Amino acid sequence: MSEFIKYKEFIIDNVLINSKNNNEEYKHKINILKREIVYKPIIFIGTGTCGLGAGAGKTLNVVKQYIEENKIDAQIIETGCIGLCSAEPLMDIQLPNKNRISFDNVTQDKVVDILNNIFKYNNKQEALCQFPSENNESWEDVIPINEIPFFKPQKRIVLKNCGIINPISIEEYIANGGYKNYIKVINNDKPLEICDIIEKSGLRGRGGGGFSTGKKWKFALNTPSNQRYLICNADEGDPGAFMDRAVIEGDPHKLIEGMAISAFAIGATKSYVYIRAEYPLAIERLKIAMQQAKDYGLVGENIFGSGINFEIKIKKGAGAFVCGEETALIHSIEGKRGMPRPRPPFPATSGLFGKPTIINNVESLSNIAAIIENGKDWFASIGTENSKGTKVFALSGKISLTGLVEIPMGTTVREVLFDIAGGIPNNKKFKSVQIGGPSGGCITEENLDIPIDYDSLLEVGAMMGSGGLVVMDEDTCMVDVAKFFMDFIQRESCGKCIPCREGTRRMLEILEDITKKPANGDSHDALKRFKGITQLEKLGKVIGETSLCGLGQTAPNPVLSTLKWFRNEYEEHIFERKCSAGVCTDLRVFTIDVDKCTGCTICARKCPTDAIIGAKKTPHFIVDDKCISCGTCDEVCKFDAILIN
Amino acid sequence: MEKVKEILQNYSSEGRENLIPILQDIQDNNGWLSEGSIIEVGNHLNLPVSKIYGVATFYNQFSFQPKGKYHVQVCRGTACHVLGSASVLKELESTLKIKPDQTSKDGLFSLEIVACIGACGLAPVISINGEFHAKITSDSIKQIIDNYKQQQNN
Ligand SMILES: Cc1cc2nc3c(=O)[nH]c(=O)nc-3n(C[C@H](O)[C@H](O)[C@H](O)COP(=O)(O)O)c2cc1C
Ligand code: FES
Repeated sequence: MSEFIKYKEFIIDNVLINSKNNNEEYKHKINILKREIVYKPIIFIGTGTCGLGAGAGKTLNVVKQYIEENKIDAQIIETGCIGLCSAEPLMDIQLPNKNRISFDNVTQDKVVDILNNIFKYNNKQEALCQFPSENNESWEDVIPINEIPFFKPQKRIVLKNCGIINPISIEEYIANGGYKNYIKVINNDKPLEICDIIEKSGLRGRGGGGFSTGKKWKFALNTPSNQRYLICNADEGDPGAFMDRAVIEGDPHKLIEGMAISAFAIGATKSYVYIRAEYPLAIERLKIAMQQAKDYGLVGENIFGSGINFEIKIKKGAGAFVCGEETALIHSIEGKRGMPRPRPPFPATSGLFGKPTIINNVESLSNIAAIIENGKDWFASIGTENSKGTKVFALSGKISLTGLVEIPMGTTVREVLFDIAGGIPNNKKFKSVQIGGPSGGCITEENLDIPIDYDSLLEVGAMMGSGGLVVMDEDTCMVDVAKFFMDFIQRESCGKCIPCREGTRRMLEILEDITKKPANGDSHDALKRFKGITQLEKLGKVIGETSLCGLGQTAPNPVLSTLKWFRNEYEEHIFERKCSAGVCTDLRVFTIDVDKCTGCTICARKCPTDAIIGAKKTPHFIVDDKCISCGTCDEVCKFDAILIN
Repeated sequence: MEKVKEILQNYSSEGRENLIPILQDIQDNNGWLSEGSIIEVGNHLNLPVSKIYGVATFYNQFSFQPKGKYHVQVCRGTACHVLGSASVLKELESTLKIKPDQTSKDGLFSLEIVACIGACGLAPVISINGEFHAKITSDSIKQIIDNYKQQQNN
């Protein structure tokens, strides 16, 4: 139970219904709810999935133990993720009349020192940053959060509250401006007006397609029906993307409010959140938030006397990538195999149970409340000509700072990777960044200065996708990356249409051939494998043009993109049978060091292809043509006599 | 089987919409879908068993054999791949002496590959009974698995 529950009446009467009430008492109460003013110390711990992964659970336990043992009257609040995954676990402390101060990498062993310095010795200590506030005194020599290079260039709309507020306190969300606009909308506006605002704001779908959200809504609104549905797509299937998870864990009410406004705009009273089962924490927090919204009368029947009804149900996904596709997702909710069907009819006219259905991504929906609050022109003033607003990206891979960043559209890739995320660690050389997951492509050194927006990315053969950015350095093999994606797609293909089911399998086989040493010494082999490349291009084109759904249509992209930018790596694998990055271990060449070999014969006996010959007690040698580079000899050799290069 | 009956009571027998949530509940409770439980579900929803298998086998989440006491999920998403999850998987296979989707003979461990568990910033990641272990290396795997074995012995 939230400590703010006693403010419920105040919130409903003075904040949600009559928010013009701007007297001193009102301001004071809001400041309390926003935790601008606190009367006892608060310790915040980021316990999103990444925080927990880094050990925040143990940190939390030590903190609890500490305040108990030292009889400190402090409150502990668990927040979502502020976006700096590589600095987790994060612990913030807010003392009465002092700015909130944030500490990074607070593993369990560091807790006691930090808390001792704060509560006992009043010692100075290094901190990550502080949150400036006009009501409170600042800490000396601690940098404000908005001046840290990681945060400075960001513009946080969707992530505004993430990692800062208590995600399961509806009171805090409302005090920070939440749900007010929803009440205003349902009492004063017409659905078409809202569709218009969203269309004119320029918001495009953040789930990958980039279709105008307002336009899509109008299709549903204009289809006569006694029931319409809204579905939030929280399936987040792109492996390497986690922004939707973080938004739901960190600020679930923002999604609920966005869904409520969207449902009103399309005339839907029923909605679903289709969320990955792999995100148990997000599901749990969303459930709590939904119950709170119900208790406040914001979800349910006749909301705030407007006559509007709105209901949300959670549907857990069951682990199938293709279910991110709209029609497959609908089948899955209906309890069927999640296979897509041809479109049209589009779900907007005939979707769930045959009724008009709008499917929107978590991030798209989380932008709605802010657009209503600040106006379409405000939103349209951010970004580039055809891509408005901000985009959240999930940074991972070979990059110094991993985590979530929200930047205005039009920011360059270089700024994101090098200014915000601190570049490549360990003095390694940047090779490429993969954007758009299994449907996307890679951006190389020469394209680092393109602005991130829907169109510029397409021009270089990549796509916005959902927003996963996986960074690769010189130790990453691009042929291996292509193979990885093809393997993923080929497993996830639902099998309904032939080009995708069979074609992706063939593409994978060709890639496997290239990264494997041939078993026999066929001299035409290199040529055959080179033919494989041209076949990859041809196959890719056919699969892209003839597949039934978006999965197959975009499946060849990672291969075609790496072929375009890293053809030299493919050629190296084919002609020189070499992988410079050292990733494709099957291409390794094995020899035996005659000085070390004692002729114990164990390698010859264990070799699966009988590629090692030699008499007992004399040095053995490897027949190159027979060797399949499995590495067994190296594993069994007791004398360190196997050389690999 | 009693548990299955209990779960079924929470769902109306009307419509197919409840099929996947029912299967998920059973899977969560029992760790797998036994033949018997699928027949029960068929009786409840008035659906042929073949149809239910058809749906259940489509989704990666459902397993048709019991899981180990400790269920190990290895992330094979992009970020984890780039940071070496392939060798993490290999190491796990040889430490536990099982392949993905198998359960060890003593019933202690089972192994599963998942696409991404959303902790990409801390790759490579594995999850054991829902508890995350981040920035895994070949060395740390052995230790983690040993810890679970010890828990078992205590
Ligand atoms: C194979 C495939 C997987 C997809 N996965 C997702 C996903 O995980 N999340 C998502 O929001 N959209 C996904 N999409 C896109 C959705 O089908 C759909 O376009 C989107 O949810 C619409 O919402 P938006 O207009 O707000 O972007 C996927 C599409 C395809 C073809
Ligand atoms: S890629 Fe492994 S957690 Fe996302």
